[in-house]
Amino acid sequence: MIEILTNYNDVLIEGFINTLIASLIALVISLIIGTLLGIFQVSTNKLLAGIANFYVQLFLNIPLLIIVLFFYVVFPMFFVGVNGFTAGIIGLTIYTSAFIAETVRAGILGVPNGQMEAGLSTGLTYGDTMRYIILPQAIKIVIPPLGNQFINLVKNSSVLAMVAGLDLMYYGDLIASETFNTFDTYIIVALFYLIITLPLTYLMQYVERRLAAND
Amino acid sequence: MKIMKKRPLLFLLLLPIIWLSACTSGQVANQDITERIAVASTPEIIWGVKADTNLFGLYNIAKGEIEGFDIDIAKALTEEITGSADNAEFVEVTSKTRIPLIKNGNIDAIIATMTISEERKKQVDFSDVYFAAGQSLLVPNDSAIQSIEDLNADTTVLAVKGSTSAQNIREHAPEANILELENYSEAFTALQSGQGDAMTTDNAILLGIIDENPGYRLAGAPFTDEPYGIAINHGQENFLNEVNKALDTIIENGTYAEIFTKWFPEEEVPELN
Repeated sequence: MIEILTNYNDVLIEGFINTLIASLIALVISLIIGTLLGIFQVSTNKLLAGIANFYVQLFLNIPLLIIVLFFYVVFPMFFVGVNGFTAGIIGLTIYTSAFIAETVRAGILGVPNGQMEAGLSTGLTYGDTMRYIILPQAIKIVIPPLGNQFINLVKNSSVLAMVAGLDLMYYGDLIASETFNTFDTYIIVALFYLIITLPLTYLMQYVERRLAAND
Repeated sequence: MKIMKKRPLLFLLLLPIIWLSACTSGQVANQDITERIAVASTPEIIWGVKADTNLFGLYNIAKGEIEGFDIDIAKALTEEITGSADNAEFVEVTSKTRIPLIKNGNIDAIIATMTISEERKKQVDFSDVYFAAGQSLLVPNDSAIQSIEDLNADTTVLAVKGSTSAQNIREHAPEANILELENYSEAFTALQSGQGDAMTTDNAILLGIIDENPGYRLAGAPFTDEPYGIAINHGQENFLNEVNKALDTIIENGTYAEIFTKWFPEEEVPELN
């Protein structure tokens, strides 16, 4: 196990950095898109809600691998060329956005109806009530499941390996097939994933505690 | 077992790992295959074969079975060893799963376009050569690439994970970029969508792809000598000898030539041994 670490440390670290970058980019963008979609889903505007619902239902129910493969092989045939790394990030973002949208929607619906009614009856507009009353409460409900989505995102980034995305899993596969030491290789790869996911878990727990302390 | 008291959770996490590593030395893998065949009422031989490789091992959806050169050779060998080709059982393997599957005894032998190499001999034994393959490049008809010499820092070659083809490209064209994909169909799809300039693997497999997809050609002659062998687990010398003997027989009695011409009508039957 030590030989694999010493012989392949450069590719493992390159893979680790690529996984980290892919996860971070996908996390930030999908958080923005997902939150907007979640708000649109509960919006009173029929068109916005319709579009958001369509998007969420579509990508919630398609395997991530198919979305990523689509951007890797089909997209370049008709539009611009994207490499495996970019195709992976696009796929991850689109897929995770749908899950974050569902989480945000559930959070907003989790705030008692009376809050919205109270806001509106004091003369606030729908938008203001949403922004100042509903969303601050929804965030607290949403943080724990959102943390799970982030961790899933990091783990799902291993899909990049399928489209030569040069991530941790891609190099893991190559090392395993070169050394025939599948077991040790994947244990090392798993440990590298833990380096990302464990601190993320603790960060989310910390945020959760801080928000709870404000109650 | 201090760790149990101090860190009970950590120990619990390690438990499945310890258990899994204990599993790798199973009983099945150590059983002598020849002995098993001799005593069994239906003497089955389980072959690990490819199911995604045209001409060698490809799943025929209409018939519901795998067909190809490897399959027919395996059937002919099974007939020589056990008396009936019906005793051949086939299990689908990939470049990644074939070694673990033979190590734990799930399959008796691998006949899956597997190149004989020194590195692999540490893991498994190989029979005599059953197909003389060599690595080549597949490019679109209008490509400027005519041979391996035309590969440079601006060209990207698509290979398949878990095969020796990427290493060979690094030797013969160290400048070229290499991307490794999951299987032949994904590598070829990536070539079609312009993710690379050429795809590389054994010539026979590339010929199978051209067979199905006009508009592509081989660029130059094969640049390696990579004979295919049948892989058998270490410690199965009796079975290995039987397979080699059966292979000699079918080469001598013309069965081999018949199977070869059936799958590669354009090619000349090679001299083996």
